[in-house]
Amino acid sequence: MSEMAIPFSPLTRGANTNATPLPPLLEVDRKPLTKKDVAADHPTWCPGCGDFSVLALYFKLIEKRKLHHEKITTVAGIGCSSRFPYFVQAHGAHFIHGRALPFASGVALSRPDLHVCVFGGDGDAFSIGGNHFSHTARKNVKLSYVVMDNQVYGLTKNQTSPTSPVGYKSKTDIWGSNDRPINPIKQAISAGATFVARTSATNPNHVLAMMDQAMDHDGFSFIQCLSECVEFHPGAFDAATPRKGGVFAEISKEHDVTDEYAAYRLADEPWPGQFGVFYKTQRPTKNANEAKIISDYRAKTAGQADWQILQKSFDRLK
Amino acid sequence: MSAVASAGTASQPAVHQISEAVIRIAGNSQDGIQAIGGFLARLAGRSEQEVMTFMTIPSTISGGPSIFQVRIGSGEVLSAGDDADMLLAFYDHSYLAHLGSLKPGGIVLYDSDHLKPENIPAENLTKYRHVGVPISSLTVEAIGGTGRDKGKNVFALGLIAKMFDLNVPKLHRLLTERFAGKDPKIAETALNAFNFGYNHQLATATELFQFTVGQNVGKSQVVMNGNEAIAWGLIAAGVRFGAGYPITPWSDIMELLRRELPKYGGQFQQCEDEIASVSMAIGASWGGGVAVTGSSGPGISLKTEAIGWASMAEMPLIVVNIQRGGPSTGMPTSIEQSDLNISCFGGHGDSPRVVIAPSTVEDCFYSAIEAVNIARKYSTPVMLVSDQGIATRIEAFPEPDLKSLVQDISPDLSPVTEHKPYDLSAPDGVTRHLAPGTRIGNGKYPVVTGLEHDELGHPTGSPKLHVAMVAKRRNKLKKLATELPTPKVYGPSEGQVLLVSWGSTQGPTQEAVKLARANGQAISAVHIKYLNPLPNGLENVFAGFQHVFVVELNDEGLYGIGQLGALLRGRYADPRIRGITKTDGLTWKVKEILDRVSQLTR
Repeated sequence: MSEMAIPFSPLTRGANTNATPLPPLLEVDRKPLTKKDVAADHPTWCPGCGDFSVLALYFKLIEKRKLHHEKITTVAGIGCSSRFPYFVQAHGAHFIHGRALPFASGVALSRPDLHVCVFGGDGDAFSIGGNHFSHTARKNVKLSYVVMDNQVYGLTKNQTSPTSPVGYKSKTDIWGSNDRPINPIKQAISAGATFVARTSATNPNHVLAMMDQAMDHDGFSFIQCLSECVEFHPGAFDAATPRKGGVFAEISKEHDVTDEYAAYRLADEPWPGQFGVFYKTQRPTKNANEAKIISDYRAKTAGQADWQILQKSFDRLK
Repeated sequence: MSAVASAGTASQPAVHQISEAVIRIAGNSQDGIQAIGGFLARLAGRSEQEVMTFMTIPSTISGGPSIFQVRIGSGEVLSAGDDADMLLAFYDHSYLAHLGSLKPGGIVLYDSDHLKPENIPAENLTKYRHVGVPISSLTVEAIGGTGRDKGKNVFALGLIAKMFDLNVPKLHRLLTERFAGKDPKIAETALNAFNFGYNHQLATATELFQFTVGQNVGKSQVVMNGNEAIAWGLIAAGVRFGAGYPITPWSDIMELLRRELPKYGGQFQQCEDEIASVSMAIGASWGGGVAVTGSSGPGISLKTEAIGWASMAEMPLIVVNIQRGGPSTGMPTSIEQSDLNISCFGGHGDSPRVVIAPSTVEDCFYSAIEAVNIARKYSTPVMLVSDQGIATRIEAFPEPDLKSLVQDISPDLSPVTEHKPYDLSAPDGVTRHLAPGTRIGNGKYPVVTGLEHDELGHPTGSPKLHVAMVAKRRNKLKKLATELPTPKVYGPSEGQVLLVSWGSTQGPTQEAVKLARANGQAISAVHIKYLNPLPNGLENVFAGFQHVFVVELNDEGLYGIGQLGALLRGRYADPRIRGITKTDGLTWKVKEILDRVSQLTR
């Protein structure tokens, strides 16, 4: 009974993986990555899709922050925008629909050395994954989440999404949608997100600035990025696009980002609303809280091998 | 308890030597019945006796009936025992509901504050021996206090200790340990209650019992239940991350891991739902460990989509399933083995995964380690399938050699020159992932994905690649099958009937073989631990018998055969394979199995 058919064995790292480790590279010898180094597959998006802009700015962010390949971790769920990890030349994961956040939380909590960036769409974030959005925000897991909001299901070819405006005609609402759409910013603030920002793919500098601040934030950082679906919902964001005659209203410098109620009121402004950081606060992250529990226990088990710690527990079972 | 009742009087009770006893304790869920059972089991574990317990708890939070059955024996104990030698009944309803499980001539120890002697039917008095003790009022007398029932379990333990001549100093030590750390008064009160019970004159008891000294097991024993054994096994295996959602009877595994993992630098996360917990565990596995999630009943259904992703992306993952009665909310605290199909085949598409089922508490510990080793070696999800029967059953088993067993499986993040996780030309055919954070010299980084993919994990619609990747995921498990031992036959390898067991049905099945052999019947048994893939060579095992009956706790289904039965029929197309199944939510009794065998062979 105590015999195991499959005992412990050290793992090989794959037949094609050179067994001889690479000589260590000094940081000074490593060149900053260029767009060419971090671009992978050619995106599958339709020409003119807002998501191209977000991808290009992610590359810019990597360049600006002088990240090396192995420090980039990109995770997504399912949807047009969730194809993101294939287009980034770095470790990436393309998980199931709606569950990118818990997957990314598993990475973030078990690997505090990595900053995980999660990308997805409005259906993934607020419909099938709505529960996870609230709970990841409230737990303040340290990761960045960029939702490319096009207010429509694009991959499945034009069904109503949780952010589609009332009256939007889709294949599932041929008379026009009659459900009140989710306000992602209000949702994020009330769920307890500690960094809440809004931007639009049509304003590259603003997108980059928001992503840069999100990555600096120690906690759950959320960005709603309006990203037009030119195929099914063209013109959706014209009111916020200056070259289409709209106004890209940036949040005034007077706004106190630590004032939750002010942020909430700001988020309630009529369409197309304002852009920038709505809310930002410091609260202990899930990562820090767990690390504290671990370090308190580790102080008591210091100097003991794992088997010795376990032996102590077994001695109490005799 | 095989002692023959001999003359004894109340003033001078006769003392009998016995080799084993089955004691059933029945009351309500807040009476601390599990605690009495736990003390007896611990005591037996610290002595030479073998022990196996059987516990049922009601799914209501407080109130409602609860029982605990302990079988203590000097030899090999394979099951919790069909019928009890002694029934300890706290109430009328416990007496009425459980008298039927007592052997004729057995002893009823009852609380005469609740069950009035005048209400006991006369025919019962001739069939069983009744010992009434006003347990509730004497407990209040012993420890004073509020008049509530707290402490009567320990008082009753004192009565049992007297009746079975149990080792009082050892019980004192167990009680002191159990209540250590709390208010010292609590331990003192417990000892008072125990001593009061022990010294109580059992006025109507005409006999007392003594266990014969059993064989010394030679090694010190540890006592725990199946869920604890799985949790400790996972820790020993090097698992340092887990995520889950509370559901009976899986919850105590997550509670233990949540409490213990930080000591090892690990963590367990309680998530918002079942899907989040399996997703989080998979994320942590990609992060470089082997992470665990688990559940019971409906929770397993919810996890299946993500498990399919782990099959597709070939990610190591442990999914613990403590089966309970289904479908839907079903019978949350009853025993059933009706999750074999979902374990092997749950989810859409062809999604091969490994399924292992431990059969005893000790096996839970080692199976957990083995599950982790398989998950790593074959880069695959592994379903570790236990059931309510083993989960809450307490057993004593030889203390594992932890120094040689505890593993370090932390990831290797040293840089490599190149890497393709889904390498189709890998000589062992197995996928290897590099954890994120690993530098790859050629600058080509992999993606892990649920889409069909090429060798680097990038999506493909190529029919040729889909055929190749499906085969890759299938063939690695066929390779695992060649590594698995062909199960050994319990009993002679030729005969009339072969009983096939899996999971917790092993004990009663083997005990049935013992009993049948003693009666001259040519019955043997074989136990299957690795259920997906099945080990090779079973057809040779079956060849020695006229009948092959698969004993399992699930429905015979539309085609008259249980879930493992159908799996074996499907593989071997052997009409000798038939099913012995039931769905009453209780463990198999030895007699039930043998009755069904004789019906089927008539």
